[in-house]
Amino acid sequence: MNRKLIAEFTYDLAPVKRGYNKRTLYINVGTKEIKAKPVSDMMIDKFVGGKGFDMYLMWHGVKDDTTWNSPENEICIAFGPLCGNTSYPGSGKSIVTTISPLTGIPVDCNVGGHFGPYTKFSGWDALELQGKADEEVIVFIDGDKGTVQIFSAPDEEINSHIFAEELIKEFADSPDKHQFVSVVSTGNAADHVNITCLNFSFWDKRRKVARLKQAGRGGTGTVFRDKKIKAMVVKYSGLKADTNNPVDLPTLQQTGLKLHKEIEAGDSTQCRMHEVGTAHLMEVMNDYDLLPIRNFKYGQAPEAIGLHSREFTALFTQGVADGCWYGCSLSCCKAVDNFKPRTGPYKGQSVCVDGPEYETAAGCGSNIGVFDPKDVVEINFYCDTYGVDTISFGTSTAFVMECYENGILDKQKTGGLELTWGNADTALELLHQMARGEGFGLTVGKGVRAMKAIFAQEYGADPDFLQDIGMEAKGLEYSQYMSKESLAQQGGYTLALKGPQHDEAWLIFMDMVNNHIPTFKDKAEALHYFPMFRTWFGLQGLCKLPWNDIEPANNTETDEPAKVPEHVANYVDIYKAITGKPMDKYELIRQSERVYNFQKVFCMRMGKGRRIDDVPPYRAVGPVTEEEYLSRSERYDKQLQDKLGVDPSGKSTAEKMQILRSYREDQYQQLIDAVYERKGWTPAGVPTLEHLHKIGMDLPEVLDVVKRYL
Amino acid sequence: MKVLKPLPEKCIACHACESACSNLYFKEDNAALSCIVITESITYPDMNVCNQCQACVAACPTLALSVNSNGVVMINKSLCIGCLMCVAVCPTGSMHTSPGLQNPFKCIACGVCTKSCPADAIKIVVE
Repeated sequence: MNRKLIAEFTYDLAPVKRGYNKRTLYINVGTKEIKAKPVSDMMIDKFVGGKGFDMYLMWHGVKDDTTWNSPENEICIAFGPLCGNTSYPGSGKSIVTTISPLTGIPVDCNVGGHFGPYTKFSGWDALELQGKADEEVIVFIDGDKGTVQIFSAPDEEINSHIFAEELIKEFADSPDKHQFVSVVSTGNAADHVNITCLNFSFWDKRRKVARLKQAGRGGTGTVFRDKKIKAMVVKYSGLKADTNNPVDLPTLQQTGLKLHKEIEAGDSTQCRMHEVGTAHLMEVMNDYDLLPIRNFKYGQAPEAIGLHSREFTALFTQGVADGCWYGCSLSCCKAVDNFKPRTGPYKGQSVCVDGPEYETAAGCGSNIGVFDPKDVVEINFYCDTYGVDTISFGTSTAFVMECYENGILDKQKTGGLELTWGNADTALELLHQMARGEGFGLTVGKGVRAMKAIFAQEYGADPDFLQDIGMEAKGLEYSQYMSKESLAQQGGYTLALKGPQHDEAWLIFMDMVNNHIPTFKDKAEALHYFPMFRTWFGLQGLCKLPWNDIEPANNTETDEPAKVPEHVANYVDIYKAITGKPMDKYELIRQSERVYNFQKVFCMRMGKGRRIDDVPPYRAVGPVTEEEYLSRSERYDKQLQDKLGVDPSGKSTAEKMQILRSYREDQYQQLIDAVYERKGWTPAGVPTLEHLHKIGMDLPEVLDVVKRYL
Repeated sequence: MKVLKPLPEKCIACHACESACSNLYFKEDNAALSCIVITESITYPDMNVCNQCQACVAACPTLALSVNSNGVVMINKSLCIGCLMCVAVCPTGSMHTSPGLQNPFKCIACGVCTKSCPADAIKIVVE
């Protein structure tokens, strides 16, 4: 490719010390300024790394009125002190943040692939992208030479499955060194819609293809393209067992080896990650009435047998080391090889498809009434390569299908598309339209919140009904679990800072199935502990899955099996082994609490983040329609009798629904009261000054924002 | 396939094989750094050594493990990133590691131990 060098920055290569470089990379593609910024001890003490560094850098990069497409909006990508070690499974994560086009507040995504570790070992603890380029560009970090360059990007093809591979081949030193290059890219849809993602590549040496992992949520790809960035490329060739320079390599190795052996012994009878990845959840969720069916109306359907995990096992190539970073023996990132799409620009071509993971199989499968796994694979493929988030696509498509079912939409309004349940052809056409920038796909690609306003204003639809069935909160689409019967998970979703994603808390089994957290106080404690614990993965550059998707054989005999105490101890051990700093299971939570509250205040600064924003659509809480109530009438009638002392006999379905709704909405509000108190926030959802002092997140800029709301 | 064949019924547990192995590959007489491991028991000693089954090859994420023309599994240290996943998947516990070592190590059927054995308890065979 004939590229013009637009800007260049040279830096001294230096080894990582105990997990840190102590500098971050700033790139402004608008002004073409590239520079190193020092990492202060305060940053490490209070923000740790990873998402903490992202949030700190972004806070100081944006203004109170910055929107997603303001030039000063940033895309920050950070890695964390534990990121890149090759000993402990799940240690290769990058954390991406930006002001989201869907929510207007910071979104954070935890993503695999090799870009993060390679950029870290190239010399950077975080990367900050700002400005808007005046022509299409790519950014290249050469961690072998110590240069950062901005090049022109006349490339015609930007869809990731092709573009990532082209760039890897272009920037690798030779054909046998493709594995040393990683690419961040998106796809054509990111030029046109908001429900987009970034793809982080890793070169699969066995398959000889660029695999793609997604920073999926919140429209990161749209911000990337708004800056006229086509891709970022990193090259780093020096990876060894001790490149992260741990203070105690033997302990790190032994802790990792212990978990490798646990996975080898237990995975085939626990989660079968080796075999089918997170898609193993399909029948589990369906059996427990938790698999979203037709826009979260139901949690179970007989047709879901079509999406049983054995169907995906049969599609995935077996017996391959499928880790998204070296040393991950959980190996969950499965792939469908030699898949031939039946639609779109790549129809008939042989492609490698990453996934489907559970979220995709549920969101682009059962939730839109599609039960053929090959249709799900094709939607997955086009979402990835076009740069579309499979979760938001699934939930947004489910929403318009329900609107179509209810007559809010018709073929005239959809440009001829028949948005009937299970119509995979139409779902695929929506995707192709998003990539081409035309048709009703552009409307769907705005996301559920925007569509609610459009359908109410332009089509005269009932805004209350749209609010009830539109599965979004804060502007972000729900991920793919039914929360109707788990009050704790209703809170887990709605209180999640970036919007309703399950990565803060997944409490459904604890709450609904096992009844381990029966009281408001119990639920509030769980909604404090688990979001804090899970936040820690993002601070360190770790994956959540090796924490509890494999458990020690004796885990159920421990005091707190839901916390997987032995694995918590592992994290304490590897943190100390890498950084040499003191750590215990309490300090681990305190590290998270500081960053979590900082992010909370950041959301408030950008105009959201209080109680008025923690509002679930009623579909996430209870039955919206009579058909939903009637489908589970035995359950709901029993609840009226047992929990409210109301005799359901003689009452109409509408009357029973209203009584149940009042009860459930009141329960939700009581839960929020309890959780806010436990988290150290006011009833309005604002962190108290005392709490911020207590946890050590009392920076002047933070207190200034909080005082506006007290 | 070239493979080291242990004959426990002949082994006298003198550990000379471990010395020969560790001396050749690590320049020190240290049983913890030997690719063949002799564990004494009340019956015949246990002689643990790689049978070249190749289970580790499939687990290696960097293709640092490969099978040579003799059917012997070899480690390419320039490709190995020391994740030790191969150690965990080895069904016979014959892929070894030692605290602080960058890479694992294993028997490559070189035969140096057979020459050191006074009891003819180890043979190189081609299967």
